[in-house]
Amino acid sequence: MVGKLLLRGMLVGLVAGILAFAFARVYGEPQVDQAIAFEEQQAQAAGETPEPEMISRATQAGIGLATGVLVYGAALGGLFSLVFAYAYGRLGSLGPRGTSALIALLGFLAVIVVPSLKYPANPPAVGNAETIGYRTELFFIMIVVSIAAMVAAVGLAQRLWNRLGAWNASIVAGLAFLVVFALVKAALPDINEVPENFSATVLWQFRIASLGIQLVLWTVVGLGFGAVAERVVAVRDQRSPTRRYA
Amino acid sequence: MSDTTFAPSYGPVAIPVRELLPWAIFAGLMLMMAIYFVGAEEGATSLIRGTAVHEFLHDGRHLLGFPCH
Repeated sequence: MVGKLLLRGMLVGLVAGILAFAFARVYGEPQVDQAIAFEEQQAQAAGETPEPEMISRATQAGIGLATGVLVYGAALGGLFSLVFAYAYGRLGSLGPRGTSALIALLGFLAVIVVPSLKYPANPPAVGNAETIGYRTELFFIMIVVSIAAMVAAVGLAQRLWNRLGAWNASIVAGLAFLVVFALVKAALPDINEVPENFSATVLWQFRIASLGIQLVLWTVVGLGFGAVAERVVAVRDQRSPTRRYA
Repeated sequence: MSDTTFAPSYGPVAIPVRELLPWAIFAGLMLMMAIYFVGAEEGATSLIRGTAVHEFLHDGRHLLGFPCH
């Protein structure tokens, strides 16, 4: 059962990765190229000898990007299916498609949107090489705290469900999540290593493209996995897959 | 109405934690390793010498939102 879900989750994630790669090629790569051009221009102005290109730009933007996004997509799909396997049947009477869509929505918020409000994606040329360890640490701390807060918020909503009703319980849980986020955002140090003269337009478009790639991934996984999982869990739920869930 | 009598509907059935746990631990660990290699290897930490992994995955790392360098 779990194995079946896991395999299907990884396949859906792979499909999501292919679509996200196409999106990244069209909407993300132009900004990466512009950022690298800025980086080289700065290095030249400073009189530095250009870094030898170990792997060509064409490889980085082609097979390299594809590998990264596809592996990430498949891994995301796999982890998603494990969360689904736990959540399914534990979120009231929500059926497989609803469970999958809800996990995708809350997951996208907790794993991508909220952490990126504190530590947004950066193009090449942005970020001091000496602080990479520090920045990576903060980035992952932010994600872990955000996921923990989301899990706690869902638990809170379930606890208040009967007393306050679905609508009000969800609002209270959402507010609790926001309070935690505000506190963590204030507690963790800010990072701003955007070089002077770096194009604000390129930075904005890069970050929007980065968010767009994640949106493609999570939407395809959330909607795609629900449809695939419906056939798997229907057997266990003793329902015909053609019949609709509540 | 007869539908409710002859074909009663069943709600979603949760998978027992006991059944889920081994999968969650082993598959979860491997999948997170995969994300680590895409997102952070030869950046902040390094298991493999050199910068080839970093350079190869460079664009994806930036665009997926990981701190790259």
